Amino acid sequence: MSKKLIYMDYAATTPVKSEVLQAMMPYFTEKFGNPSSIYGISAENKKAITDAREVIAHSIHTSPENIYFTGGGSESDNWALKAAAEAYGTKGKHIITTKIEHHAILHTCEYLEKKGYDLTYLDVDENGLVNLEELEKAIREDTILISIMFANNEIGTIEPIEEIGKIARKHNVLFHTDAVQAYTQVPIDVEKMNIDMLSASGHKIYGPKGIGFLYIRKGVKIKSLIHGGAQERRRRAGTENVTGIIGMAKAVQLAMDNMEERTGRETAVRNHIIERLSKEIPYSRLNGDKVHRLPNNVNFSFQFVEGESILILLDSNGICASSGSACTSGSLDPSHVLLAIGLPHEIAHGSVRLTIGDETTIEDGDFVVDKLIEIIERLRNMSPLYEDFVKKHQS
Amino acid sequence: MYSEKVMDHFQNPRNVGEIEDASGVGTVGNAKCGDIMRIYLDIDEETKIIKDCKFKTFGCGAAVATSSMATELVTGKTIYEALQVTNKAVMEALDGLPPVKVHCSLLAEEAIHAALWDYAQKNGIEIEGLSQPKSDISEEEEEEDY
Repeated sequence: MSKKLIYMDYAATTPVKSEVLQAMMPYFTEKFGNPSSIYGISAENKKAITDAREVIAHSIHTSPENIYFTGGGSESDNWALKAAAEAYGTKGKHIITTKIEHHAILHTCEYLEKKGYDLTYLDVDENGLVNLEELEKAIREDTILISIMFANNEIGTIEPIEEIGKIARKHNVLFHTDAVQAYTQVPIDVEKMNIDMLSASGHKIYGPKGIGFLYIRKGVKIKSLIHGGAQERRRRAGTENVTGIIGMAKAVQLAMDNMEERTGRETAVRNHIIERLSKEIPYSRLNGDKVHRLPNNVNFSFQFVEGESILILLDSNGICASSGSACTSGSLDPSHVLLAIGLPHEIAHGSVRLTIGDETTIEDGDFVVDKLIEIIERLRNMSPLYEDFVKKHQS
Repeated sequence: MYSEKVMDHFQNPRNVGEIEDASGVGTVGNAKCGDIMRIYLDIDEETKIIKDCKFKTFGCGAAVATSSMATELVTGKTIYEALQVTNKAVMEALDGLPPVKVHCSLLAEEAIHAALWDYAQKNGIEIEGLSQPKSDISEEEEEEDY
């Protein structure tokens, strides 16, 4: 029996769209020239990169000279934090971030702590939102940087970025945001939102892997992370990833052209799944904010069952999803994000993330919900926690 | 990541359930770490043979599979033979486990011991080689370095 594959892990990565691949193809072969060379084919490549940079700059309302291509979201995050810490380290050593950042931020912060920087990790509320008053209170004389993600990768909560930007500006502190999940899912205006640095990635938006960018506001004096040639206005060395840049720009252009219609469709599928799961599976809860939420994110905890078991059974039904359980991470602790929103360990272990894409239909959503109902029931029937719970409530 | 045997025992677990008025029941693990196993034993008073063994497990694929395999390995054995079923035997019977899942097999061994201990306590007997089981098996997390 051949099964239809239902991919619901678009927040992990996306397939490259055929239009994107088409746009990239010539740059692997006939247009292979190094953009730094002087002959014709290279000049053409340089022009293609210039155009790509314009498309991307336009998508976040800035000018092209503020866009620096990198090897992806993690490199952008590392660069922003390490270089800002170094450049402004004489002014102060205090950096503010949150407990729910991606590991590309959190592990970089831990590294900076070892180098003598002082980190504040802000708590979030039960929906994953940063408290603006707490943020403002955390700012000190020696605070040099605030790094708060635009939207969370696990629970989909969108942070109040514009308000955070205002606070950062008021106190004259640099503001970086990891927008890897939010980019092309929600409108971003770095001017209006007072964002000084922003990280984004290609493979989350139907572009290729291994390409991303860091937006750096003009005047922010951060140095290179990668030293070498004079590429990217001398700030990021290495021969340009021409195919990656072309592919990412094409993906951005496609995503920006249909953003409203696409995210509207995704939101409808998302809400349908959330509504059915809430209604049809008892002892479950939606994680993340209901309103300030990425259009493509569903994250649920199911009591008395464990996430990896759910994922394997989903997989055997042709459904790809992910989980915040410990078993999928190789450690004994469940996701730091689920713990930060206050979930007890045993409930955090039973969480599943479904992230939908632009081709996910309501029917796909229904199929996944139907299967989840079966799977949760099956696992609960073999769970000693459920047995205890039922017995306790019978007596 | 898992062997075919593990997948089989996870997808079609043997002996899931409860035994009413079981001769011995053992529960080990904790929800904090994501694994809890409960083993029920039905033991013949005369022969000391385990006539039936059932389990309930909260945990990952490996936790379910090791519980399932452990129940198969001890059924039909005397309580003294069952005590000799080690986590290694469970792992081997499953064609191995990924390194991060070895603790699941330790938990299965411990769950059997806990059920045997419960039986011994209820009947006021001593089973040679069986000491009071730990309620939990956990591993020290490895420190990552950068």
